[in-house]
Amino acid sequence: MIVVLLALPFAGAMLAPLVRGDRAARWFGVAVTAMTFAVSLTLLSGIGGPVRGTVDARHAIDVPWIPALGVRFHVGVDGVSLPLVLLTTLLCLLSAIYTLTALPAPGKAPLLTCVVLATEVGMLGTFVALDLVLFFVFFEVVLLPMYVLIAVWGGPGGRAAALKFVLYTLLGSVLVLVGIGTVYAATGSVDVVALSGRGGAGIAHGTQVAAFLALFAGFAVKAPLYPLHTWLPDAHTEAPTVGSVLLAGVLLKMGTYGLVRVAVPILPDGARAIAPAMAVLAVAGIVVGSLNCLVQRDVKRLIAYSSVGHMGFVLLGIATLTPTGINAALLANIAHGIITGLLFFAVGAVKDRYHTADLPTLGSGLMARLPVLGGLLLVGSVASLGLPGLAGFWGEAFVLLSAFQPASGLPGSLFTALLVVAGVGAALTAAYFLRLLRMLVTGPDVSAAAAETSGGVGVVADANRVELLAWLPLVLLAVAIGLYPKLVLGLTEAPVRALMGVFGS
Amino acid sequence: MNGTGSVDYLALAPILAAAAGVVAVLVADLVLPLAHRVVVWWVGVAGAGAALAASLALALAGEHRTVFCTPAGTLPGGVPAGPSCSYVVDRFTTYLLVLLSAAAVIALLLAAATAPREVPAGEYTLLVLASLAGGLTLVGARDLITLVVGLETLTLPTYVLVALRRGDRRSTEAGVKFLLVSVTASAIMLLGMALVYGLTGSVYLDRIAVALAGRSELHDLPLVPAAMVLVLAGFGFKVTLVPFHWWAPDVYSGAPVPVAAYLATVSKAAGVGGLLLVILGAFGGYGVVWGPVLAVLAAASMTIGNLVALRQDDAVRLLAWSSVAHAGYLIAPLGVAGSAGGRAVLDVAVPATLGYLALYVTVNLGAFACVIAAGRTSIGGLRGLARSNPWLAGALAFFLIGLAGLPPGLAGLVAKVVIFRATLLGGLGWLAVVIAVNSVIGLAYYLRFAAALFRSQPEGAVERRPAAVTARVARPLAVAVGLVVVAAIVLGFAPEWVLGPASSATP
Repeated sequence: MIVVLLALPFAGAMLAPLVRGDRAARWFGVAVTAMTFAVSLTLLSGIGGPVRGTVDARHAIDVPWIPALGVRFHVGVDGVSLPLVLLTTLLCLLSAIYTLTALPAPGKAPLLTCVVLATEVGMLGTFVALDLVLFFVFFEVVLLPMYVLIAVWGGPGGRAAALKFVLYTLLGSVLVLVGIGTVYAATGSVDVVALSGRGGAGIAHGTQVAAFLALFAGFAVKAPLYPLHTWLPDAHTEAPTVGSVLLAGVLLKMGTYGLVRVAVPILPDGARAIAPAMAVLAVAGIVVGSLNCLVQRDVKRLIAYSSVGHMGFVLLGIATLTPTGINAALLANIAHGIITGLLFFAVGAVKDRYHTADLPTLGSGLMARLPVLGGLLLVGSVASLGLPGLAGFWGEAFVLLSAFQPASGLPGSLFTALLVVAGVGAALTAAYFLRLLRMLVTGPDVSAAAAETSGGVGVVADANRVELLAWLPLVLLAVAIGLYPKLVLGLTEAPVRALMGVFGS
Repeated sequence: MNGTGSVDYLALAPILAAAAGVVAVLVADLVLPLAHRVVVWWVGVAGAGAALAASLALALAGEHRTVFCTPAGTLPGGVPAGPSCSYVVDRFTTYLLVLLSAAAVIALLLAAATAPREVPAGEYTLLVLASLAGGLTLVGARDLITLVVGLETLTLPTYVLVALRRGDRRSTEAGVKFLLVSVTASAIMLLGMALVYGLTGSVYLDRIAVALAGRSELHDLPLVPAAMVLVLAGFGFKVTLVPFHWWAPDVYSGAPVPVAAYLATVSKAAGVGGLLLVILGAFGGYGVVWGPVLAVLAAASMTIGNLVALRQDDAVRLLAWSSVAHAGYLIAPLGVAGSAGGRAVLDVAVPATLGYLALYVTVNLGAFACVIAAGRTSIGGLRGLARSNPWLAGALAFFLIGLAGLPPGLAGLVAKVVIFRATLLGGLGWLAVVIAVNSVIGLAYYLRFAAALFRSQPEGAVERRPAAVTARVARPLAVAVGLVVVAAIVLGFAPEWVLGPASSATP
């Protein structure tokens, strides 16, 4: 089934450029992503039950690929990867649906479909790969399609932003390769299941720290972790809506997933050594991201910086090296994917309508003008700032809780101090989202006055039916996970506990 | 077949096929009327194809064949030596035989569509086949004399090839420059070889190794490493390692583009083969000397090659500097020699270099083929190629991104993985980090070039549409591009087909 999961978008990406006509190509994209989503849902069967071994991959396929290098085509899913697989297929489907109504300039739908599907192959492959070299291959597959997506369909600065994105993330992925090579040199294996089972046994402490550092730096670029985040605001600001959604919704998760799947279980000693630094940088990211948000004029840039903050929480959860922390991180991961996906959809729609994302130019009172779109922005914002009852709350709350009790051997007092700072960051998050809501969504409708003076804005349509179809699933999920976080935690809990067994807590 | 009297012609079949091709081309060029000159191309391609077929047959048979052998004896200093042979067909030889002759077939196809004024059919085919015969000799050579004969036969025709563009001063200048550089390099290498012969009393590689290991008075002699470095320098010119690289950009861009493609692939691959033979066959025990030297040269090559390539606006010059950088990647795994791992790390490093070589030759040949097919070499002139010829632009972008080591072409990516694996297994973490940084620099210019293809021509530039801009690509060229695209895609998904043979090909 996993082969089908990868083959469908791959075949779609190959065929998409051959489809004639913009409309046909977009429907083709919807069809392929829908089928992929359906296939990913079937993977839910067979998940759950007792976890055997450190990594208990279901639907696994394991065949030799490059015997000369000892590389195997080894794929499978477990509770850690499946939520991300589902998130990926869902967001790709919703992006394809959204493209039906809003095709970004300069059109070229066949190529756009091809690029989105190619990205999907890489993202899904990264999440299901259980061989380090295979993981790396898929990790790199994503780079180029995303570059094309930002460069071709992006804003005026798209090309520069895309180049910055691709060079930064390539640096990240070659560092991952260095880390993988170091692990291989020390163990002679690139199999994730076997290596996780070893739990770092037989790898010298110094080697573990060096390899973890390389992997950590590589994943940190992707995640992104302060201070390696600077590619992100540019990429998001210039990317078309679909690009922003996939970038924030899935691509960033490849970094955090890599840490949980590869770096931490395989190199526990290295993780213990680096975790304090990681936690400090994560909290710095929370604060810096939030402070940046407070002064942004561009809405897309604001949401991009908010991603830096949210991913800081995720990384802080991972840095505690406890099952609670990692579960919380994975939950926050998914929640961020859903909520930020929704926010980028909504903000992208606003930008498409008014041809600007500049807050003062847009003016307040969106709610009065476009009640549906404004309402969606409102929901997304309050979910993102962590209102209890919505998805954003649980993950970050649990992260903060887990920071009270990091794994044994980590400096508890440092984590407590960081916890306080992160709490301040959470308050700042609330502050900037409220500022966003005040400046854009609520308040008196000033557009009438603005339209008279500048003669520019005029009347625009509210969300149409296709857009609603693309966005409602995200709203529903945000509420569902907010009310019942076990939707995700039920999947992740047992596998994470098994994965973190080596840390003995 | 071990006796000195009988000659195993089967072992020499690829060389003989290439040589027969030379004669056939000569005759065909002489007797055919001008109007039928196109047949000369096909005669040449058939010659290279016959060499490829013979190489493949030898590779599939997998037999160990030896020619021109000397019985066991005693070396000066009383070191006993077993029987030695001048030409050996083993897995190393067959691997490179196949690679060289396959690349030569493509190189011949590349020029078939070029205007006769640019590349005269008879001369080009003749010289390429002669040079190929030299390369095929080189990779089977197991003594210094045969090695030099092979290397010179490989190189001599290329002087003329570089200067083939009649009446073009840049081409002539490139030819003269190449001649002077190569002669100097040969002289340096011969000096080194003469020293080695003087020290050990033998020209056979295996006997040199035995003598260097067996005679303790040689161990502390500074002349030994000095001689090795001289030999290394000679091969350094051939494979464009920094600091012996500076001729490459001028020569590549002055020469007709198919010739540049030949130099960057066949000639370079043969040079790598010769280098491997000498350092492993003769100087195997001195990895402590040449390992670190090669590691530093590799790091310098990739860094300088990539940094200078950033500023090129001519496609061929860019590919020339990129080939300097790739020479660095190629040699990097060998830098692990002499580290704590001993011989075991070399058993990973040499297959890595060989595997990388084949994948690189494939992808690089593809990039050159597309540039030739596009008919222009300035990157500005190639802008908007996607509009006039989307398939060609797509193929060129595919190869460029492959050279950068990124998907969609998995060949380049796998090559990158192989290099990283070998350097890290050998414990050269610093070199791996240098490679990592360099692959980022590399992507910057490959991507800039690739992106230019898909950008529209600037409005102001009134492009007098030359004939080459037309969407049609001549058939032999299209066949060549198609073949390389297929090869690159297949090798991307099944790299085992290259890496498997490479893993057992250590000389």
